[in-house]
Amino acid sequence: MRRALLTAFAVVLIATPVAAQEPPPTPDRPLADATQEARAQALFNDIRCVVCQHEAIADSPAGIAADMRRLVREEIAAGRSDQQVRDDLVRRYGDFVLFTPPLRGGTWLLWFGPLAIVLAVGVGLLVMARRRPVETPALTAAEEADLARILADQAVRPDTDAKPSDH
Amino acid sequence: MIVELGAFALILALVLAVLQTGMAAAGRLRRSPVLAGAAEGAALACAGVVALAFAALILAFAVSDFSVANVAANSHTDKPMLYKVAAAWGSHEGSLVLWCLVLTGFGAVLARARGLPFGLKASAVATQGLLGVLFLAFAVFTSNPFERLDPAPFQGGSLNPLLQDPALAFHPPFLYAGYVGFSVCFSLAVAALIEGRANSSFWPAWGRWVRPWALASWAFLTVGITLGSFWAYYELGWGGWWFWDPVENASFLPWLAGAALLHSAVVTERRGALAGWTTFLALLTFTFSMLGAFLVRSGVLTSVHAFAVDPERGLMLLAILGATSGVAFALFAWRAPQLKGGGMFAPVSREGALVLNNVFLTAASATVLLGTLYPLILEAANGATISVGPPYFALTFNPLMIAALLILPAGPLLSWKRGDLKGVGQRLALAAGLSILIALAGWMVFEPKKALSAAGIGLGGWLILGTLAEVAERLRLFRAPLAETLRRARALPLGAWGTTLAHAGLGVFVLGAVVETGYRVEAARALAPGQTIEAGKWAVTLDSVGVVEGPNYLAEQGKLTVTLRDGSAPRTVTAERRFFPTGGQTTTEVGLDFRGLDDVYVVLGERGRTAADEPAWNVRVWWNPWARLIFLGPAIMALGGLLSLLDRRLRLGVNRKAAA
Repeated sequence: MRRALLTAFAVVLIATPVAAQEPPPTPDRPLADATQEARAQALFNDIRCVVCQHEAIADSPAGIAADMRRLVREEIAAGRSDQQVRDDLVRRYGDFVLFTPPLRGGTWLLWFGPLAIVLAVGVGLLVMARRRPVETPALTAAEEADLARILADQAVRPDTDAKPSDH
Repeated sequence: MIVELGAFALILALVLAVLQTGMAAAGRLRRSPVLAGAAEGAALACAGVVALAFAALILAFAVSDFSVANVAANSHTDKPMLYKVAAAWGSHEGSLVLWCLVLTGFGAVLARARGLPFGLKASAVATQGLLGVLFLAFAVFTSNPFERLDPAPFQGGSLNPLLQDPALAFHPPFLYAGYVGFSVCFSLAVAALIEGRANSSFWPAWGRWVRPWALASWAFLTVGITLGSFWAYYELGWGGWWFWDPVENASFLPWLAGAALLHSAVVTERRGALAGWTTFLALLTFTFSMLGAFLVRSGVLTSVHAFAVDPERGLMLLAILGATSGVAFALFAWRAPQLKGGGMFAPVSREGALVLNNVFLTAASATVLLGTLYPLILEAANGATISVGPPYFALTFNPLMIAALLILPAGPLLSWKRGDLKGVGQRLALAAGLSILIALAGWMVFEPKKALSAAGIGLGGWLILGTLAEVAERLRLFRAPLAETLRRARALPLGAWGTTLAHAGLGVFVLGAVVETGYRVEAARALAPGQTIEAGKWAVTLDSVGVVEGPNYLAEQGKLTVTLRDGSAPRTVTAERRFFPTGGQTTTEVGLDFRGLDDVYVVLGERGRTAADEPAWNVRVWWNPWARLIFLGPAIMALGGLLSLLDRRLRLGVNRKAAA
C-alpha cells in the first residue's frame, strides 16, 4: 500500500513541476531532409539559449530553447542560408545570441589579440636571441664549488644522456 | 561546543598566521635563526589548527547540526553520508576553509622543507604566512562557516542535487590542492625576487626547489579538472565534456600557466637561464588561481557552475587579489632586471624548444583569459553584450595548441645549449611517417569523412609515437643488446619516465577529444516502451519505465537495451530522471554503456505522448566514439607528474643530507 501511494505521489511530483511552470516544450521534430537537419544541428551549437547560463540551444532543456530550435528549423526549411538565419537571430536577440562574437570595432582585440601576443613574444625573442652571444662565460671556481655543494647528491642515479656541461 | 571550538580554531589560525608572518620577516631582517624557527613552528601550528576547524565543520555536517547556519542551508538529514561530508566544501564558506587548509598545509610542508638557504626560506615562509593572513581574515570576518542560527530549523535546505555525485564530492579537494598549491611557487618566487642575486649558482638551485611544488600542484589540478569534466559529462546529460564555460576557463588558466611554469623551471634548473621568466610564471599561476576564485564567487560571470554569488565578498577577494599580485608584480618589475644571468643557448636547442612551448602556452592562456573576460570588459565599456563560446576558442586556442603539440616530440630529443635539428629530424622520421599513415587510416575508417578530424588523429598519433621514439632513442632500443637497453631503462631517471608518460597521455587525450568531437552521433525521439531509436551503429530500445525511491529523491527509471543494429551484443542500461522534493529540482542520471573505448550515452527525458496517444519518453542517445580516452589521457598525465615528483633529484632535503 505504501509502495502504491508513494508511486502515485512520485508520478504527481515528477509531472507537476513541469506542468506548473510552463507548458512542456514542444518535442523536437527533425527536418525530413537529412542535409538540412545536419545544418540545423550545426547551427544549434553556435546559438546561445537566451535565458540560460552558458548553454547552447542544442543542449538546453528550456522551453525557449525548443522554440529557438523550431525557429531555426523553419527558416532552414524555408530555404534561408546559415548566415541569414544567424542575422535574423541577431536582429531579434542581439549579438549575445551567437557564441561566435561578431568582428567589429569593439571586438578587434578579442579576435586578433592571440595572434598579436604570439607575434609580439616571437619578435621579442628573436631580437633577444640576436643580441646575446651563444656561449656561456665559464663559471668561476667559487661558483663551481657553490653549485656543486648545492646540487651534490651521491645517491642520484646519473642521467645517462646528460653531458657534464648540463650540471 | 565543537562548533564554537571550530570557530575559535579559525580565529587562532589567523593569529598564528600573523605571528608566522611577523616572526619570519623579523627573523629574516635580524638574521635570527631562533625567530625564523619560531615562524616555522607557527606555520605548522597554523595548519594543524585549520585542520581542526575543518574537522569541526565536517563533524557538524556529519551529525546534521542545523543550529549552524551553513549546515542548515546546505545539508539535509536524508542525504547519504558521503554527500553530507562533501557538503562541508560545497558552499562558499566551507570551500574557503578548505582553501585555507590547503594554503596552510602546503605552508607547513614548506616550513618543514630542508636544504633551503636561510634568507630564501624565511622570506618564503613570511610570504606564505601573509597569504594565510589575508585568506583567513577573509574567512573569519566575512565568511564564518560556524555562524549559529537561532532558532535552529528542524530540517536543512539540502545541497544542490546536481552536486550529489561521487566525482563532484572529490573534485573540489583535488582542484583546491592544485589551485592553492601554486601559492608555494608564488611565495618562493617572491622570496627569490627579494633574495636572488645575478649569480648563476642561485637560479639552478631555485629551479630545483620550485619544481616539485609546481609538479604536485599541476598534477592535482589535472586530476581536479578531469573529475569536474567527467562529472559534467555524465551528470549534466548534454553529451559534452568541455563547454568553454567561464568557470571551466577559470580553472584552466592556472593549469595552462602551471604547465608553462613546469617547463620553464626545467630550463632554470638545468641551465640557470630564464630565471626572470620562471619567476614571472610562478607569480602569474597563483594570480590566475586567485582570479578564478574571484570570478566564481563574485557573481560577475554567468555560468552553470558559479556558486555562492555575493558581490560584496567578490570585492574583498578582488582587493586581496589586487594587493598580493600587485605588490608581487611591482617587486618583479623592480628586481627582475637586476637578476639577469644564466646560461646562453642557441635558438635550436632544448632550451629553445622549451621557450617555444612557453610562447604557445602563455599565448593560449592569454587567449582563454581574453575570451573569458572580454564580454565583461565590453559590457562595462559600452554596454554591448556578446557571447564568447566554443567556436571562438576553436578558431584561436586550438591553432596555438596544435602548433605547440606539433613541435612537442622534438623538444626532449634536442640537446641542451645547441641542438642538431637534422639529427632530430632523422630520429623522428619513422614516427612522422607512421603518424601520416595513422591520419590516412583515420580518414578511411571513420564516417563521415572529415579531413581535419583525420589530421587530428594523426596529431594524437604523432604525440604518442614521437614520445616513444624519444624513449627508444635513450634506451638504444633494438640498436643495442637487450641487456644494454634494460640497463639504460633502469638508469633512466624517474623524471624522464614522468615526462614520457605526461606527453603520451596528452596524445591519448588528443585522440579521444578529436574522435569524440568529430564523429559523435546524436539521436533523439519520443519512445513508447518497446520502441527503438538508432544512433550510428547502435540501436537503443526502451524496455520499461518505473518509479524508484532513493534516499532523498524519487526517480523515473528507464531500463533500456543497447544493441548493435542487427540486434547482437545486447546490454541493459538504466537512465533516471530524479526529482528532489526538498529543493524542487530535477536532475538526470545518464545511462552509460561502455563499449570498448566508446560510450553509448542515454538520457531519459520528459514524459510525453506519441502520435497514437501512448505514454512516451523523450530519449536522447549519443554514440561517443573513443570518449574513454578523453578522461584516460589526463589520468596518465597526472601519473606522469607523480612519477616525476618521486624522482630523487627533486626531493627537498636531499641536498642537506649530502652536505652533512
